[in-house]
This record gives sequence, C-alpha cells and structure tokens, in this order.
Amino acid sequence: MSNAQPQSSASSTSNDHGGHDVAKDVRKYVIVFITLIIGTILTVLASYHRFPNHSMNIALALAIACVKVFLVAGFFMHLISERQLIYTVLIVTAFFFAGLMYLTLWSMEPNSIIHIMK
Amino acid sequence: MDIPYTVKPRPDTGLFNAKVGIWLFLASEVMLFGALFSSYILERVGAAPGTWPQGLLNIPIGTFNTVVLITSSITVIMSWASLKMNQFNRFKIFQGLTVLCALAFLGIKSKEYKDKFHHYEIWTYNGEHVTGHIKGDPSGKLKPDPYFFDTIKLHALGIEEVEFEADPTQYHEQFPKDKGFVSLESEKEPKHEEIPLTFKVSDIKRLSAFVPAHSTYFACYFTMTALHALHVFGGMIVMAYLWGPGSKMWKTDPERFTNRIEVSGLFWHFVDLVWIFLFPVLYLL
Repeated sequence: MSNAQPQSSASSTSNDHGGHDVAKDVRKYVIVFITLIIGTILTVLASYHRFPNHSMNIALALAIACVKVFLVAGFFMHLISERQLIYTVLIVTAFFFAGLMYLTLWSMEPNSIIHIMK
Repeated sequence: MDIPYTVKPRPDTGLFNAKVGIWLFLASEVMLFGALFSSYILERVGAAPGTWPQGLLNIPIGTFNTVVLITSSITVIMSWASLKMNQFNRFKIFQGLTVLCALAFLGIKSKEYKDKFHHYEIWTYNGEHVTGHIKGDPSGKLKPDPYFFDTIKLHALGIEEVEFEADPTQYHEQFPKDKGFVSLESEKEPKHEEIPLTFKVSDIKRLSAFVPAHSTYFACYFTMTALHALHVFGGMIVMAYLWGPGSKMWKTDPERFTNRIEVSGLFWHFVDLVWIFLFPVLYLL
C-alpha cells in the first residue's frame, strides 16, 4: 500500500481533535494503557487474597473495573470532552441501567423467591 | 444520493451522523449486556451454598487474553491518531496490530473452549463429585479424552468402569467436607499431578463435560463470553476491511475515512469495556 498523502489534510476534520492536539494526546494514551495493565494485574492479585468476607473481594474487583472503565471511556472514547448530545444519550442509558440493577438487587431481598427456593 | 453529514458536523448535534449512530447503538448494547449481568447476579445469588463452581477457568490464560484486548485498545486509538497526524503508514501498522490482537484473542478463547469440552465432572450416587479427564475403560470401548461425552453416551457404550484422572485441585474443596465432597489427598502436600481413579458405571449418577449443560455457571459463562466473542469477531471483520480494501478511501476522502476509523474504534473500546467486567466476574470472583 502506498503512503499517499491526500490533498486535503485529515487534521481538519469536523470534530475537535486536531492533528497537533492528537500528537499531545498520544502520551496520555500510553499512560492510560500502562494504568490499565497495572489495574489488570492488581485485579488478579487481589482475587488471590482472602479477605475476611468474600464481599470485599467482589467490591475491590468491581472498584478496579470501574476505574478501568472510566479510563477507557474517558480517554480512549474521548468522553471527557464530548458533545452534549452524547452525554444526553449516556445519561438516559445510565438511568435505565441503574434501574435494571436496582430491580436486580431488589429481587434479592431476604424474603425473595431466589432465597426461598434454595 | 450523498449521505449527509459524513464529514461535516450536523448543525443541531454538532457531530457527524455516524458518531451519533454508534453511540445510540452502544447505548442499546449496554442494556443487552446489562440484562445478561443482571441474570448472572440473580443466578449466582440464588445458587444453593457450595454449588457454584469457582476456579474452573484458567486465570493465567484469561489474564493474558485481557492484556491482549487492552493492547488492541491502544493500537486502535493509535491508528486513529496516526490518521489525524497524516501518517498513513503508521495507521496501517497499528490497524494491522489491532486485527492481529483480535485474532489472538479469539484463538486463545477457542483454546479455552476446547479445553472445557473434554474436561469432566463425575457425580456419584453416594454424594461425591470429582473433576478431571476421562482416560478410557479397561475394555477399550471408551477412547481417552473424548469430547462432549455424557451420562447417556456412557450407558449406551455398555461398559462397566471408567478410568479417570482427577484434577490435583478440586474446586469444591474450598467448601466444607461434610457437604459430601470427596477429599483426594492430604491437604498438607502440594497438589501438582492428576490422581488416577476408577469409577464403576453403576456408581455414576451423572457425567458431564464443562459445557452449558454442566451447570448454571457454565451456561452463563458460555452465553456471555460467546456473545462477547461474536462482538470481537464482528469488530475484527470491520477493522480488517478498513485496514485492507476500505483504506482506499484515504486517497479520495481522508476525513470521512478518519471518521470511519473513529467510529469502529468506539465499538472496539466498548467490546473492551465489556471484557473488563466479564474477566473478574467469571474468572476471579
């Protein structure tokens, strides 16, 4: 494949990430990548540690996962500097996702069918 | 007819249309995987004590696959950044690496699946159960390491005994022994080698490979990881196209091509996000 340089520069595309800014962002991407790898190693190491309560293992693993999700979504998916419309879409999604998880947790109360059936 | 706003932002949204489209699609994907996670939580909390398998997946392989997917996340963002900096050759390298990472992920996942399809658990009538590999039977009717073998096929063979090599570590040994779990050797000694056992067929209540029918856990595992792998496969096809024949657009419409790479990259990062939760939930907890 040739290394053809087109007439019009791609650095002037419609979004906010100009070529000069992107060059500066590359360093950020590498830092995020290293942090994600460290987060993965921490998750595995923490899973081998026996906390007094297994709930602590679950909470720690999910907390690390949430940090990783923030890094990927924030920097790799550019959510830290996105347009209002995208935030609106994600807020609506987050509302329904939270509702789904709330219903899930609600159904696990001590008197629920899943405990009675055990 | 030209598709509007493939490059220039639409005045009311401030975004090119494909970007709005991919985010709406990803929103629906959040709910799809959210529903599966919700089901998983209910199944796990609802499981009887000591019946939820833990430690049956290969953590080092799963960790390596996670690293592969994270690596693909940075290569995909670097391929987009390369285009923004007018470095088409660098784009080709990073996009190619992304496709290779996707292939590696799927290859490793296939190997994991294959290992599960000839790994077994035997439940006996006296309440014991042991995991391991089938090594055959004295008459030779049962071949070593069969795939997708089960109780029905076992009885159909008309054999009397099954030679079995039990795993050095049994997943249920972490639970109290008074629940009827078999103890294979002294806990003081390190466990490295498989332990040969022989079961009479008349004593076997159930035999199952680690397939969805084995347990609710494996049904959840295969459903969630297979759906995720399907996403990886779909993303890989798109990115391979954009790396190969699709990259011709760079010469004629570079801005639109860059936007395509951005949109496919957003999908790829979402696939990575799903795995960030799947890995600890299914492998570690």
